[in-house]
Amino acid sequence: MRGLARAFGPVRALRDVSFTLAPGDALAVFGPNGAGKTTLLRLLAGLLRADAGEIHIHGAPLLRSSAEQRRRIGLISHASLCYDGLSAAENLEFFARLYRLPDPRGAARQALADVGLADRASTLAGTMSRGMVQRLAIARALLHQPDVVLLDEPFTGLDQSSAAALRDQLARLKAERRTVVLVTHNLDEGLELASHVAIQVAGRFSECGPRRDDAASLRARYAEATARG
Amino acid sequence: MGDTLREAWLIAAKDLRLEFRSRTAFLSSLAFTALVLAIFNFARDPTVLTAADMAPGILWITFSFAGLLGLNRAFALERENRALDGLLLAPISRSSLYLGKALSNLVFVGLVEAVALPLFALFFGVPVLPVLGPLAGVMALATIGFVAVGTLLSAIAVSTRFAELMLPLLMLPFLVPPITAAVQVTARLFAGRPASEMLGWLKLLAGYDIVSVVIAFLIFEYTLDE
Repeated sequence: MRGLARAFGPVRALRDVSFTLAPGDALAVFGPNGAGKTTLLRLLAGLLRADAGEIHIHGAPLLRSSAEQRRRIGLISHASLCYDGLSAAENLEFFARLYRLPDPRGAARQALADVGLADRASTLAGTMSRGMVQRLAIARALLHQPDVVLLDEPFTGLDQSSAAALRDQLARLKAERRTVVLVTHNLDEGLELASHVAIQVAGRFSECGPRRDDAASLRARYAEATARG
Repeated sequence: MGDTLREAWLIAAKDLRLEFRSRTAFLSSLAFTALVLAIFNFARDPTVLTAADMAPGILWITFSFAGLLGLNRAFALERENRALDGLLLAPISRSSLYLGKALSNLVFVGLVEAVALPLFALFFGVPVLPVLGPLAGVMALATIGFVAVGTLLSAIAVSTRFAELMLPLLMLPFLVPPITAAVQVTARLFAGRPASEMLGWLKLLAGYDIVSVVIAFLIFEYTLDE
């Protein structure tokens, strides 16, 4: 992506953000609340229109009208993007049909098994715990095997076992050489996965590139960047 | 077109499954219908106004407000857990989304009307059965336009702070032509007037349907942008 910018009225949420990732790269974007991280992810997902700049996936521009490009993207956000009134299996089957997967029921079953929810297939999403809902959200986002996975503070509110399940999924994504962009304000969570790191403050990247140094020096630079504002 | 219809059906089936599992909007609409009909019935002074004079207007006011309750829910349920993002991320066209929502709204409003009509006949003692066929036709014509506009406006209203209040405010001005035409045709049907007296109003209803469906279909894509 190159020169990406987005404003909401007078607030410039994202300013001239550029980076390039190869398949298998995992970029962790660190930034305090209000830095524009979620805006960045929503632009990458095609859920927001950019004021300036462009995004390419596999060399082709990301157009909101392109169903094929959207098929390459999976988004895990704070919200589950699922329906409380449908069971876990019904939610996944519905999305599997929208993505035209060959065996929607089988794909839903497999996705639930992958996140350890096989025995909760018939549980309504609205009655699940926060951890289970987040697992369901992960299953929904990865159901169609996207090439690019976007994660927005995915560990928020998870208990230990759910966080461990999420780490397993992220490790799997890395092993399958999927491109991952994770935004978080928690350095420890992000660094577990990251091959690339960026620090975002007030809509701008103060740095972005392959991860070279240890957590302590990154932490120091992050503190410095957030203090500068 | 086949893909659009298939995707629209998936979305409509999902919405209807959610609604008939909770029945929240359907039961609210029915309770509202019964209350409105009862209030109008008891508030009317039969020595001044006959049931036949008031019935067509009351019928369509009741249908409109009961329908609004259902339309409010169409996109409100997508706000829950940001489910709308899931739909917008999926490789489907926004036309499919509009059609799916319109289809589920059409079924919903149609069912509310189907249950409300006997209640109306009961309260107002209007002989509905002899004109049931033509009346059903008028109801279908008016409901298509109502749903076409209502689905579009509910997508706009859902992103506002007071969506439940905003939808009626946005929608009522657009309802004047179809409701006026539907009331005029219904009054003539109940009075046993010849079809030639209704033709102009029926043309207005059909024209409104075509224009509203085409315009809503064309501009829906831009209503969901942040």
